[in-house]
Amino acid sequence: MTPRLKEGKIRHDWRRNYSYYLILLPVLLYYFIFLYIPMGGLLMAFERFNAAKGIFHSPWIWFGNFATFFKSYYFWRLIRNTVVLSLLGLFFGVVSPVGLALLLNEVKNRYFKKTIQTATYIPYFISLVVAASLIKIFVAPEGPIGALFNSLFGLDKNLLTYVDLFRPIMVVSDMWTMTGYIAVIYLAALSGIDHEQYEAARIDGAGHWKQLVHITIPGIAPTVIVLFIMRTGQLLNVGYEKIILLYSPGIYETADVISTFVYRKGLIELQYGYSAAVGLFNAVVGLLLIIGTNWLAKRYSETRLF
Amino acid sequence: MVSKFGKESPSRILFVAVNAIFLSLVGLLALAPFLHVIMASFSDPFQLIANKGLIWRPLGFTTIGYEKVFQSVEIWRGYLNTILYTTASVALGSLLTILGAYVLSRKGLYWSNKAMFFITFTMIFNGGLIPTYILIANLGWIDSPLAVIIPNCMSAFNLIILRTYFYTIPDSLEESANLDGASRLQVLFRIMVPLAKSSIAVVALFYTVAQWNSYFQAMIYLRSPKLYTLQLVLREILLKNTATSVGASGPSAFVLAVAELIKYCVIIVSIIPMLAAYPFIQRYFVSGIMVGAVKG
Repeated sequence: MTPRLKEGKIRHDWRRNYSYYLILLPVLLYYFIFLYIPMGGLLMAFERFNAAKGIFHSPWIWFGNFATFFKSYYFWRLIRNTVVLSLLGLFFGVVSPVGLALLLNEVKNRYFKKTIQTATYIPYFISLVVAASLIKIFVAPEGPIGALFNSLFGLDKNLLTYVDLFRPIMVVSDMWTMTGYIAVIYLAALSGIDHEQYEAARIDGAGHWKQLVHITIPGIAPTVIVLFIMRTGQLLNVGYEKIILLYSPGIYETADVISTFVYRKGLIELQYGYSAAVGLFNAVVGLLLIIGTNWLAKRYSETRLF
Repeated sequence: MVSKFGKESPSRILFVAVNAIFLSLVGLLALAPFLHVIMASFSDPFQLIANKGLIWRPLGFTTIGYEKVFQSVEIWRGYLNTILYTTASVALGSLLTILGAYVLSRKGLYWSNKAMFFITFTMIFNGGLIPTYILIANLGWIDSPLAVIIPNCMSAFNLIILRTYFYTIPDSLEESANLDGASRLQVLFRIMVPLAKSSIAVVALFYTVAQWNSYFQAMIYLRSPKLYTLQLVLREILLKNTATSVGASGPSAFVLAVAELIKYCVIIVSIIPMLAAYPFIQRYFVSGIMVGAVKG
C-alpha cells in the first residue's frame, strides 16, 4: 500500500469510526497511565535513582545496578530459588489438576463427581492472607501437620522455620488452593471430546487404558499446552505475594526469590534504582521464556497462544 | 453408555472402587482445614491451646471468641473499607472492560488489532513493582484509597472474555439500531449490555473475588490503620500476632488463650461471605474460566 493510500484509509476509518475510538479512549488512557508510564519508569533501572530528583534528573549509571546485582552474593541464590520453585510449581501445577480431572472423568455417578469437584474447588476462594494463616496454624508444633512431624521426626519448631521444608510447604499448599480450580478447565476440555471417538475405539476392541492414551490425552493436550504457556509468563513471579506472608530471614536460603528481593530492596530498603533493575531483569527473562515456549509449542504441536 | 457391573472386567471394578476411595480422601483433605478451624473457633480457649493435632469436634464449647471479634472496631472497619473499595473498583473496572471489549469486538476498525496488542502486551511485560509504586507516589496516592481502587481495576484477561462474548452478538442488531438514529453509547448500553448480562456478571465476579481477597496493594500503599482493608486487618491479627489488641482483659494466661481462639474466629468471619456466595457464583465462575482458558 502506498503511503498516500494508507493515509486516505486511516482518514476514512477515522471519519467513519471516530465514535468507537472515543469510547475506547478511557481504556487506552488507563493502560497508558498505569502500565505504560511505569514501563517508561524502568529507565530508573539505569540510574542512581533519587526520588526527589525524579527520573529526568537522577544521574545515569547505565548498567551499574545490573552489574551490582550480577556480582552480588545473593544473585545465584535468588536464581536457584526462583528456578526451583517455578519448576516445582509448573510440574505440580500441571500434573495434579490433570490427574484430578482424569480421575473425576472416570466417575459415572454425577452427584459424587459434583461433590468432589466442589470440595476441591472451595479452597481457591480463600484469600492469600487466610491461606498463609492456615498454613502457619497447621505447621505449628501443635497444629495437625506440625504435630505429626514432631512425633515422626522430632521436629519441635514451626515447620516454616526449617530451610528444607519451605519448598514442600509451598508445593503442597499451592496444590490445596489451585488443583480443583484448574481441574475445572481440564474437565471442560474433557467433556468437549467427541463421544463417537470412544464408541469407535470400543468397537475396535480398545480397552479403557488404550482409550485414555489414544483419545483422552491427545484430546486435552491443546488445553494443557495453552495453560502451560500462560503459566510460563507468570513463572518468575512464583507466587511472591504468598512467600512474603510466609518467609522469615532464617529461611531466605530457600525462600527468597527475585520478586521478594525486589520488594524488600525497593519498598523496605528504598533502593529504587537497584530494585527496578532487578525487577527489569526478571521481567525480561520472563518475556523471553514465554516467547520461547510459544515458539516451541508452535513448532512441535501447532498449538500456540499468539 | 452406562454399563452394568456384570459386564465389567474385575480390574475395572477394582479401579472404580480404588478411584472412589481416593477421590473421597482428596475431597476430605481439601475440606479438613475448614473443619479444623470451625471446630477450633467454638472450643474452650484453654483446651484449645493445650490441644495437639487435628480438631474434628469442639473442645468444650464457647462463643467468647466470636463475641470478641464482633466487638472489634478494627474488623468491622476493615470489612466496611473492603466493601467500599471493592464496590468502587469493580464498578470502574467493569465499565472500562465493557467499553474496551465492545469496541475491540467490532469489525472493520483500522486500529483494532494494534489497540488489542497495546492492551494484551501488558500481560507478558510491564514495568513491575517499583516503577508502578513511584507512579502512585507521584500521583499523591500513598495512603489514599484511590491507590487500591484504581490501579489493577481491570485486566486484559477479562477484556478477552467479554470480547469473545460480544463477537457472538450479530451485527444486524447494531445496524438496525444505528438506522433508528441511536448513538454508539446508546447502542452499547441499551442493546449490547443487556444481551451480555451473564458474561458481564462473570467478569464482575472475577474482579470482586480478586479485589476482596487481595492484600498486597493495600499493604504497600495504605499507611493509616483507619483505611485498612479486611485482609490487612487479618494480616495484623493472624500473621503478626496482634490478636491480644482485639482480645480480652484479665489474667495474662487467659488473654493469650483467647487471643489464640480469636484467630480461628476471625478466619471464619472473614471467609463467610465468600463461602455463602460460593454456591451461587460457582456456575458463573466455571463458565468464565472455560471461556477464558479454552477459547481465549
